[in-house]
Amino acid sequence: MAVTGAVMVLFLVAHMIGNLKIFLGHDSFNEYAHALRTLGEPILPYRTLLTITEIVLVASVGLHMWAAISLSRRAAHARPVKYVAKKSQAGGYTTHIMRWGGVTIVLFVIYHLLDLTFGVVNPKGFDSEPADRMVAGFDPSRWWVTLIYAVAVVMVGLHLRHGIWSAFQTLGWAKRNRYHVLRVTAAAVSVVLVLGFLAPPLAITFGVVK
Amino acid sequence: MNLTLKVWRQSGPSDAGRMVTYRVEDVSPDMSFLEMLDVLNERLIVEGDEPIAFDHDCREGICGMCGMVINGVAHGEQRATTTCQLHMRHFEDGATITIEPWRAAPFPVVKDLVVDRSAFDRIIQAGGFVSVPAGSAPDAHSVPVRKEDADDAFDAATCIGCGACVAACPNGSASLFTAAKITHLGLLPQGQPERLSRAKAMVDQMDAEGFGGCTNTGECTAVCPKGIPLDAIAQMNSDYLKANAK
Amino acid sequence: MKYTEGPEIRDTKAPEGPIEDRWDKRKFSARLVNPANKRKLHVIVVGTGLAGGSAAATLGELGYNVTSFCYQDSPRRAHSIAAQGGINAAKNYRGDGDSIYRLFYDTVKGGDFRARESNVYRLAQVSVNIIDQAVAQGVPFAREYGGLLDTRSFGGAQVSRTFYARGQTGQQLLLGAYQALERQIAAGTVTMHTRHEMLDLIISDGRARGVIVRDMVTGEIERHLADAVVLATGGYGNVFFLSTNAKGCNTTAIWRAHERGAYFANPCYTQIHPTCIPVSGEYQSKLTLMSESLRNDGRVWVPLKKNDTRAPGDIPDEERDYYLERIYPAFGNLVPRDIASRAAKNVCDEGRGVGPGGLGVYLDFRDAINRLGRDAVEKKYGNLFEMYERITGENPYDVPMRIYPAVHYTMGGLWVDYDLQSTIPGLFVVGEANFSDHGANRLGASALMQGLADGYFVLPTTVGDYLADGPFGDVDEEAVAQAEIKVRDKIERLMSVNGTRTPDSFHRELGKLMWDYCGMERTEESLRKALERIPELREEFWQNVKVTGTAEELNQVLEKAGRVADFFDLAELMCLDALVRTESCGGHFRAESQDADGEALRDDEHFAHVSAWEHTADGPVLHKETLEYEYVKMTQRSYK
Repeated sequence: MAVTGAVMVLFLVAHMIGNLKIFLGHDSFNEYAHALRTLGEPILPYRTLLTITEIVLVASVGLHMWAAISLSRRAAHARPVKYVAKKSQAGGYTTHIMRWGGVTIVLFVIYHLLDLTFGVVNPKGFDSEPADRMVAGFDPSRWWVTLIYAVAVVMVGLHLRHGIWSAFQTLGWAKRNRYHVLRVTAAAVSVVLVLGFLAPPLAITFGVVK
Repeated sequence: MNLTLKVWRQSGPSDAGRMVTYRVEDVSPDMSFLEMLDVLNERLIVEGDEPIAFDHDCREGICGMCGMVINGVAHGEQRATTTCQLHMRHFEDGATITIEPWRAAPFPVVKDLVVDRSAFDRIIQAGGFVSVPAGSAPDAHSVPVRKEDADDAFDAATCIGCGACVAACPNGSASLFTAAKITHLGLLPQGQPERLSRAKAMVDQMDAEGFGGCTNTGECTAVCPKGIPLDAIAQMNSDYLKANAK
Repeated sequence: MKYTEGPEIRDTKAPEGPIEDRWDKRKFSARLVNPANKRKLHVIVVGTGLAGGSAAATLGELGYNVTSFCYQDSPRRAHSIAAQGGINAAKNYRGDGDSIYRLFYDTVKGGDFRARESNVYRLAQVSVNIIDQAVAQGVPFAREYGGLLDTRSFGGAQVSRTFYARGQTGQQLLLGAYQALERQIAAGTVTMHTRHEMLDLIISDGRARGVIVRDMVTGEIERHLADAVVLATGGYGNVFFLSTNAKGCNTTAIWRAHERGAYFANPCYTQIHPTCIPVSGEYQSKLTLMSESLRNDGRVWVPLKKNDTRAPGDIPDEERDYYLERIYPAFGNLVPRDIASRAAKNVCDEGRGVGPGGLGVYLDFRDAINRLGRDAVEKKYGNLFEMYERITGENPYDVPMRIYPAVHYTMGGLWVDYDLQSTIPGLFVVGEANFSDHGANRLGASALMQGLADGYFVLPTTVGDYLADGPFGDVDEEAVAQAEIKVRDKIERLMSVNGTRTPDSFHRELGKLMWDYCGMERTEESLRKALERIPELREEFWQNVKVTGTAEELNQVLEKAGRVADFFDLAELMCLDALVRTESCGGHFRAESQDADGEALRDDEHFAHVSAWEHTADGPVLHKETLEYEYVKMTQRSYK
């Protein structure tokens, strides 16, 4: 979980930086989208690095889900008889946020890809400029898309707040005297990512970016 | 005080078990939780009913024998306290208290609130020791140990093996128990030669016993009567990864 | 109770010659067993505390075929785990003048000259190896910044020789022994049976050859045969019902061995610890010890007036009686355990006790807090204060603690020779279960030392010597069957009474009787009264006890009833022993034997002996073992 999670966090950081290019104008954003495909050219053929990245990402998502499912299956086997009364002493945050949060995020990612990558549910369709798709997708008239997106991004943030810290713990890099720093770092990274991802759609929906 | 108890009764491993309600009257706030159950049991015996079976021994918080989930919390809501050290003054008059055994497949119920924790012994058997036969030890001062290491090792070594960590963990994981021993011995120079093989053997045994995996929820350390810190698990993971990399 | 006197008994195993050479001589004269034969030799160890755990682990390491039993769900839970203070060892790491000889001397003197010199000397010798062994196992003893082991001083000694692991020394040492034991279980040299209770000893051709045990989960009665049996089943302080022992501690194993012929030595020697949390009500199930170290800064007092119900803070200094400082100006609050305990009882008997039932005295930190500051006091005693508050709900920073003495340790036990072998060949007894090393009073931090000395270092040698004659052939089937029938009959009897009182209610009553009549202060009158009452109560027990459920399942009521039945018999022998020993010594105070100041008065002319009791159908037979002191001169203790 920790390794695949780390891959996805790195992806998210890059993805966020890319998204923010919309504030520099449509061309900048489109250039960025194009550059992603031509990265490594002319040494490598068109879309090589992007495809590799996509494969790694899909594998990470798959492995991350597989790990999550096997962990929860093991948990179910380890406690066949449930408690009549059970009260969390550690806030219950992680237990609730990680598994159900993860499921929510997966559903969102599917929608997200259909919307902005494949354009299936996007008003501009697949055959359009990425920046146009983005602006059209978060058009004020489609405020509910922005809302879904915002909820999902916040969910990702909550997921990361535990996930980042937890990765350090799982990989054995956490220490009592580093816990505070790790938790603060995890929270900070989550907040930055949430804000970074929320900024473009909100800006579009509220007409700051057209 | 007068209380209503909802207690898990299960006559043996093959019985399905059920919650049974009892009224307990004139409970003194100075009683320990187990003394309150003693009083109820004395009454049940006289009435010809079977008393509630529960494990207990030292009744001073160190043997690790007692343990029950009280109102959904292993050892009750008072922090850093075993069931035997929990006192009735922490409950309200008229309260209803739910009492259940540790619930985990590797801890099968023997009877009522008594569970079989021999899985813990087998985890220790897998490697929770330093191989040093009696009489072969060098002088105690031949290897100095940094005070900080000795203190950290001690923090991990205070584990009483009660199983509350497993009971509280949403995954039914025994990571805190296993990690406490790996950390205790792994921090001391005496434990170095077997450090990685110990971590691997103990973690593999823990998995083989059917405990769940750790998702770092921190429920274990929150209920641990000895407050074993969560970074013991990080230490275990680190040693385990190194052992597997070899 | 009638008794007769039999021939004297003597230890024949300790070699002659200078005391410092005796253990070396014995080790050399002990015969060895061929490694190939060890696997064929079977040893049973009952109990997994410091003595039993270390013995089983070490015998397993040596290659014997060991079977170990404990009544708890894991060997790690034996009550050695609750020992707080520390473990003595004559390491002299401080260079403060300690030596093996000094530890030997302190222990003999502390035991009020009622222990065997050879045994105590060996204990002091072996003590240094225990620390080495424990450290190598990874026991996290307290260390100083230089990385070396820290030590502290403890009652009854003027040197700093007590090694400790915060307030959990017993736990850490026991876990060391437990881990060594689990290692042998994994290696297949030790077979462990948890939740098994020994109910009889099998004797065949005059040798101990096995045990009858009950599987406490299924109720099955099992027979286990062996070439030697080791009992490491702890003390019998729970005869008083309320004690600092674990709830499960009992006398059954040693008592049933006694019924089979093992002599019981000095049953009346009981240690009462002065600083325990007082009883809070009728429901009280056990007592909790507060470390003795509290007396370093706490001042003990009671109101001057009887039945003074004012809050302690409202009682001005001139109306307080700091009685220890008043009676013992030289030692003050730091007098030895037995003296502090008795003084507390005396002021409470005068009606000046405090707290519920008037059974308590104040241990006040007000002056220490004023002098040192609250932070300094918290640093030193914080965890103890917390424990006190958890149990009593009172904050000792604001209100003085209330303490009262409680039964803590029993020096008596099965008689053993220098080899730790009882009067039954092949039956060895170690740890608190035997009587060997502490005389009439045990010094603080010496119980852990003895348990581990016996298990790690003494027993492996002496059991080997005994087994050099083995294997001992087939066990007499008749003897096994007879022991099994006896056990079944007793269980059947308990199940069939179906009376109206719980085993605990009898135990409580017996305990109160023992505390009142055979507790801190014993008189001829009180002991005779007890000897009259105990048989009556026992009679009622067998007529009116109620055991619910069946014998073929986990049945905690049945377990309890069986233990209480044996406590009755033991209680009787304790009172008889206390009655016969008309002197006061160590933990045994006979009111008739005190000096003008009310201090314990020994009678070395008539009582410099061990009283070893034999169980016969015609009643107890007393065998005396004369104690000779070649090295330590007998003196009267004084702490004024």
